[in-house]
Amino acid sequence: MQVNENKDFEPVIVAFCCNWCSYAGADLSGTNRLNYPTNVKIIRVPCSCRVNPMFILRAFQRGADGVIMCGCHPGDCHYTSGNYFARRRMTLLFSMLDYLGIERNRTRVEWVSAAEGAKFAETMESFTADIKKLGPNRRLEDLRCRKQ
Amino acid sequence: MQRIGVFVCHCGTNIAATVDVKAVAEALGHEAGVVISQDYQYMCSESGQNLVKDAIKEHNLSGVVICSCSPRMHENTFRKAAAAAGLNPYMVEIANIREQCSWIHKDIATATEKAVILGRAAIAKVHLNAPLTAGESPVVKRALVIGGGIAGIQTALDIAEAGFDVDIVEKSPTIGGKMAQIDKTFPTLDCAACILTPKMVEASQNEKIHIHSYSEVSDVKGFVGNFSVTIKKKARFVDELKCTGCGLCTEKCPMKKVPNDFNLGLDNKTAIYIPFAQAVPKVATIDPEYCIMKKTGKCGLCSKVCSAGAIDYNQEDKFVEEKYGAIVVATGFNPIKLDKYDEFAYNQCADVVTSLELERLMNAAGPNGGTLLRPSDKTHPHKIVFVQCVGSRCDDSKGKPYCSKICCMYTAKHAMLIREKYPDTEVYVFYIDVRTPGKNFDEFYRRAVEQYNVHYIKGMVGKVTPKADGKIDVQASDLLSNEQLHIDADMVVLAAAIEPDKTARPLATMLTTQMDTNDFFTEAHPKLRPVESATAGIFLSGACQGPKDIPETVAQASAAAAKAIGLLCKNSITCNPCVAHADELMCNGCSSCEKVCPYGAITYQDKEFRMPNRTIAVRRVASVNPAVCQGCGACTVACPSGAMDLNGFSNKQIMAEVDAICK
Repeated sequence: MQVNENKDFEPVIVAFCCNWCSYAGADLSGTNRLNYPTNVKIIRVPCSCRVNPMFILRAFQRGADGVIMCGCHPGDCHYTSGNYFARRRMTLLFSMLDYLGIERNRTRVEWVSAAEGAKFAETMESFTADIKKLGPNRRLEDLRCRKQ
Repeated sequence: MQRIGVFVCHCGTNIAATVDVKAVAEALGHEAGVVISQDYQYMCSESGQNLVKDAIKEHNLSGVVICSCSPRMHENTFRKAAAAAGLNPYMVEIANIREQCSWIHKDIATATEKAVILGRAAIAKVHLNAPLTAGESPVVKRALVIGGGIAGIQTALDIAEAGFDVDIVEKSPTIGGKMAQIDKTFPTLDCAACILTPKMVEASQNEKIHIHSYSEVSDVKGFVGNFSVTIKKKARFVDELKCTGCGLCTEKCPMKKVPNDFNLGLDNKTAIYIPFAQAVPKVATIDPEYCIMKKTGKCGLCSKVCSAGAIDYNQEDKFVEEKYGAIVVATGFNPIKLDKYDEFAYNQCADVVTSLELERLMNAAGPNGGTLLRPSDKTHPHKIVFVQCVGSRCDDSKGKPYCSKICCMYTAKHAMLIREKYPDTEVYVFYIDVRTPGKNFDEFYRRAVEQYNVHYIKGMVGKVTPKADGKIDVQASDLLSNEQLHIDADMVVLAAAIEPDKTARPLATMLTTQMDTNDFFTEAHPKLRPVESATAGIFLSGACQGPKDIPETVAQASAAAAKAIGLLCKNSITCNPCVAHADELMCNGCSSCEKVCPYGAITYQDKEFRMPNRTIAVRRVASVNPAVCQGCGACTVACPSGAMDLNGFSNKQIMAEVDAICK
């Protein structure tokens, strides 16, 4: 694996967070003033099962350097079973991305409850560090989409 | 093109200290479609809201973006403000620049940059927002209570008191539950039957309460306000309406060797039986496993003696379908089976009993008429050992990880009652901890120790061995003196852990409610919504939610009733408009969405479509019931043709947010 040498690289990271657990966990890390990098931008979805693999591919196409999906812990889904669907879908998507030669660390699934503000901040911190090490996403970015 | 107004909140200094709000408002003002971009100190204040309302009217806005705190905090506030100004409330989007920006970042430049990006994402989303209208669905003014123990009875009485019809479904032939088996209650030592049976009678006589005894819930469909429940009325081979409960049949029945489950098998009953004298409804039931007539076709004695002509050997299970607005679960608990606890010799020795069995042995209506005798030889026991936490607070797979909560108190009660009635009997209690929080509870326990001289020993019982002379050797360690003890006991009483009733898990599946790993129902919020399940319209009452004593159970039962009444009082309920919908032109009827829907909200309909060649084709297409759909979006991803989409979180909206962030 190549390690990015460019220290000034600021990755674009998209985080999909379910409304009931992870988005609330992100709010909690804010309430507790737990710092994590500004690179992470959160998109609120009702449930992790709302995250279409297409959204993740779209993010990479548009130049995101890493995509993370957060949901309720298995068994705790507000909608009973949504995160189980999400887990399967992401497993399949990630294995396809792996097949395409996309680094495994560019994508991540993490279960963060509404009470885990610290875990949310730590997760974002470590994920951003991972992406910084990997460097920019070149393989999936569609240069035609790049804003001039 | 939408006409969008952007409003950036300072939140005092909460946002303004780390985000240059003026710069954010300025930057977002240049976005396509934005006609006004303002900042204000407190957007959620009345004057802040007025600012939004005035701008909507003045600039004829079709969409609003508020850059402020989390939507979990004030989304509703701003939606209401928009609605007051005549804008559809679902045309408002929030960019969370406080919890997810100003509070977590320190550098003003980068935080401002991030706030602008979050604002852009919200603007991009609002461009694709469509006005949504929350539908309404009517509420059936009738409640169902599942379980007829003290929890179910109390809930039913409270709901009936408020003027609503309520049905109780009880699986056994009588209501009353565990409390009917108990002798005395702690800490007042009043007789359980004396306080329970009047309530049972009250329930049976209340014209608003309908008791389905010897019945089970076999199917639940529908949703809050409009559940459709199938109740299976098991065949009891006696016509409920004709039977007067005289009990003549039970006297004449020749089959007298049926284990009496009401007395936990400590004595026998007849094949046709009434569980106990105060049973409600007082109707006989035939146990077809033991009835000679049912097995051989020869007997019919009960039918001959029954002057009411109530016996019907050919009765079959009946299924009744009823509509309910609310469902209260009150399925209660059971002591665990002690098969895995060979060390306590429960299965080898008749004189090793559980606490509930002791309850029956001491009960005046029990097998010995209230005299405490050893089950094996009917002699008076002189030394009794109580073992606490049998299966409770276990970290192995044999028992339960939780504290069963009621055992410390009922053991103190048993010890006290025995010492009171039989002062010559010595009582030992082996405990890990004595847990007696509660009103007058610790005083009660101390009375057992100080006034009644019950020997409390901190320590574990290692082995219980029945001896040839009828005595029982109890081997234990005293943790405080560090001694090994051997006690020659006459009886051993095990405080078995309690677990949810076995019917609870299949019921939870039918009701689509959540359970924890121990099969207790999970409440919607452990502190703020303790009697509601996460599924709307389903409420929890009593020990099905966690171990509880009687006062707590009754309190929760009334709380659940209050919540159910609150729902039943409404004529209709507002539905969440952010639900899925299928594009019928794209749907190919493959059923992928139906399979992932946890609520059964998706059905299929055959619809006629006009084809380009002017013919009419009938196709099977998905149709979402907006009152049932909760808006999780599982179906939207499962749909292979992209026909399913979610209002408020559509594919295009989320993609637009992605694009705005990645640009």
